[in-house]
Amino acid sequence: MRHIVSLLMENEAGALSRVAGLFSARGYNIESLTVAATEDPTLSRMTIVTSGSDEVIEQIIKQLNKLIDVVKVLDLNDGKYIERELMLIKVKATSTHREEMKRMCDIFRGRIIDVADGSFTIELTGSGTKLDAFIESLDKTAILETVRTGASGIGRGDRILKI
Amino acid sequence: MNQVLTTAAEPLISDKLPSDQLSTNKSVSEKQITGADIVIKCLHAEGVKFVFGYPGGAVLHIYDAIYNQTHFKHILVRHEQAAVHAADAFSRATGEVGVALVTSGPGATNAITGIATAYMDSIPLVVISGQVPVPAIGLDAFQEVDMVGVTRPCVKHNFLVKDVKDIAITIKKAFHIARTGRPGPVVVDIPKDITAHKAEFDYPKNIEMRSYNPVTKGHSGQIKKAVKLLLEAKRPMIYTGGGVVLGNAAEALVKLVKTLGVPVTNTLMGLGGYPSTDKQFVGMLGMHGTYEANMAMQECDVLLAVGARFDDRVIGNPKHFFSKSRTIIHIDIDPSSISKRVKVDVPIVGDVKTVLTEMNDLLAIEAPEQPSAALKTWWAQIDAWRSKLCLNYDNSNGLIKPQHVIEKLWEVTKGDAYVTSDVGQHQMWAAQYYKFDKPRRWINSGGLGTMGVGLPYAMGCQFADPTAQVACVTGEGSIQMNIQELSTCKQYHLPIKVILLNNRYLGMVRQWQEFFYENRYSESYMDSLPDFVKLAESYGHVGMQITKPGDVEGALKEAFTMKDRFVFMDFITDQKENVFPMIEAGKGLSEMILSNDIGAEDL
Repeated sequence: MRHIVSLLMENEAGALSRVAGLFSARGYNIESLTVAATEDPTLSRMTIVTSGSDEVIEQIIKQLNKLIDVVKVLDLNDGKYIERELMLIKVKATSTHREEMKRMCDIFRGRIIDVADGSFTIELTGSGTKLDAFIESLDKTAILETVRTGASGIGRGDRILKI
Repeated sequence: MNQVLTTAAEPLISDKLPSDQLSTNKSVSEKQITGADIVIKCLHAEGVKFVFGYPGGAVLHIYDAIYNQTHFKHILVRHEQAAVHAADAFSRATGEVGVALVTSGPGATNAITGIATAYMDSIPLVVISGQVPVPAIGLDAFQEVDMVGVTRPCVKHNFLVKDVKDIAITIKKAFHIARTGRPGPVVVDIPKDITAHKAEFDYPKNIEMRSYNPVTKGHSGQIKKAVKLLLEAKRPMIYTGGGVVLGNAAEALVKLVKTLGVPVTNTLMGLGGYPSTDKQFVGMLGMHGTYEANMAMQECDVLLAVGARFDDRVIGNPKHFFSKSRTIIHIDIDPSSISKRVKVDVPIVGDVKTVLTEMNDLLAIEAPEQPSAALKTWWAQIDAWRSKLCLNYDNSNGLIKPQHVIEKLWEVTKGDAYVTSDVGQHQMWAAQYYKFDKPRRWINSGGLGTMGVGLPYAMGCQFADPTAQVACVTGEGSIQMNIQELSTCKQYHLPIKVILLNNRYLGMVRQWQEFFYENRYSESYMDSLPDFVKLAESYGHVGMQITKPGDVEGALKEAFTMKDRFVFMDFITDQKENVFPMIEAGKGLSEMILSNDIGAEDL
C-alpha cells in the first residue's frame, strides 16, 4: 500500500543521504522524496512517498526513527491528511493551439508562468493523480518538458508534526 | 574562492594556518589550545585508557599531541583493521567505549571491516579518523576518502568536524551515542587543518539531543502481561542474546531463570549471559546449536526473547518456525529489532536489565513455590532430548579432534579464560565446547562473521585484563588474515595463547562443499602454509606444534604455565571433522543433522 511518511530532521549536511541510504540499503521503495528547511532553520521537513506491506511500513518508520538526525516521524496514512504536488510543464503553444492550451490550463486551474513564441510554461498543483490527469489530457506531442516536485503532505486539522 | 588559492607563496593545499589567521593569533588568549590537544583532552575527560591506532599524514598533529600526554596509552597496531578490532574487544571485555585512531584515506578504509564488525554486534566504539584539510575536501586530494559517506551504512552515527570549536561537543556526542541505547560504533572524521587551529577547551558535562532519546524503561503493563504469560505457560522457554551481555543483565537474567525454573538457551552472542554449567542451560541454539535447545525453541508454548533478534542463523526459516504456534515476548532496547523477522505478541522496548529487574520484582510476589506439573513434564521432555548427547564425538581415530582441544582448554583454564575466536568451524567448536559461566568472556564476531578478528580481539582482552588468561581459538585460514599482529603482541609483551586448530582446510567452507557440493573442494584447501612454530619464534614468541591427541592436555598446561609469554600452539587436527548438529541454511529448527551417520530428518 502507498504511504506518505513525513519527518522532521536536523538540517545538517548529509542528513538527506542518511535517509536515502537507509531506503536503498534495506531495499525499501521510494516513489518520491522532497525536503526543505522549515520555519525553524535548524529543522528540515521531508515527505517520503513509499509503498509496502504493513510489516515493511512498520520497519521503515522504526528505521527512520533510529537515525540519529531524525527528530520526529509521522505516517500520514494513520489519519486524515492532504497532499499536494507541484508540476512545471512546458507545452507547445503555436498560433492555432495557443487558445486551446490556455483553456486546458484554466480547466485544471493551472497558471501560465512563462510565455514564449512557441510555448507556454504552466504551473500546476494538486494531488499526483490530478497532475497525471492533466498530462493525460494533453496531446503527447505537445509536451516539451515536465518537472514534478513529488508529493508534500500535511495532516488535517489538529494533526500537527512539530517539536 | 578559497584564500589559500590566492596566495602564491602558499602551497595549493595547506594544512598550516592561513597567514592572516597567524597574525591574529598574537592576540589569542592563552587559554586557546590546538584542535589536536582538544582531542586528547576530550579522550581524557571520557576516561579513555587505551587508544588503538596507526599514525599517518592527516593525524600527525594528533599524534604529536599524543607524544606529550600521559592520560592514556596509545597501542600501535600493524594494520588499522586490527586497531578497530582490538578497541572493539576491549569494549566487549570491559563494557567501556573502545577507541581507535586512524589516518585518512587508506587508514580510514582499512578500518571499515572493524567498524562494520562492531556495528553488527552493537559494540560501542568511537573511531577517530583523520581527513584531508577542509579546503582540500572534494578535490581528490592525496589520501582523501569520503569517510562519512563510506561508513554511513555501518555506523550508528558519524560526524565530519569542520570547525575547531565543534571538536569537543562532537566527541562528547560521539561517546554519548556510542554507549547509550543500542550501542554501536561512531566515527568522528577530523580534517587536518582543524587539528592545528586553536580554540578554548570546554568539555560539556551533559549532552542533550532533541533527535536522540533512547528508551530505557519498559512499558509496565506489557511487563505485567509478560510475567503472567510466563507463569501460566506449560512449556516456557527463555532465549537470550548479546543484549544481555551488552546490557550487563546477566545477574538479573539468572535470577529470573532460577525463580521461574525454566530452560534457557543463549545465542552465539549471548554465551556467558547465563552460566553454561548450570543445569537449566540447554546449550547454544541455532544453526550449530544443541538438539535440546533447538527442539525446545520449536516446541515451547511461551517464548521469552531477551536482547536477541531471531536472525537467520538462529531460527532458520521463519515459516518453519511458525509451523508451531507459541506466544512470543520480546524484550529489546531497539524497537526495530522487534517484529523484524518474527511477529511478536508482547513487545517490550527497554533496557534489558531494567526490564528484567522489574519482572523479578513482580515475580518476588507472584512466583509459585513449587514448579507446576506441566513444567515437570516439560523438563522430562527436555531431558529426553538431552539424552541424545548431540555433542558427543568419536575420539578414537588417533588424530587430534578439535572438540577435544577445546574441552581440554576449558579444563586447563578452569573455564575462566577470555576466549576469542575467528570465524569458521573452530568458532563453532569453541562456542559448543567451552562452557562460559561469565559474560564478556566469549569474544567473537557473530553478526558480520569477520575472519581475522581473533588475534586483535585477544590483544584487546589482554589490555583490558593484563593478568587474565587469554586464548585465541583460530584456524589456519583466519589467523593469516591478521597475522601481522604477532609483532604488536611482541612490542607490548602480551602473553596470549593462540590455539590454532590446523586442519589445512577452510573448514566450514569444506564442510558445506562436502554436504552441498558433492565433495568438490573448490579453493578451500590451504596450501603452502608457513611453519607456524618458526613464524612465532621469529617474532620472539614461543611456538609449539602438537600432533598427537595424547599431547594436547600436557601442551596446553605447559603453555598456560608460561604466564609472561606469548605461545602459538599449532594443533594438527583431523581434516575430516565436521561441526554437528547442523541445520542447513533455509531449513527449520527441528531439521537438524546430528552427525555424519544421521542425515537430515525432521525428528
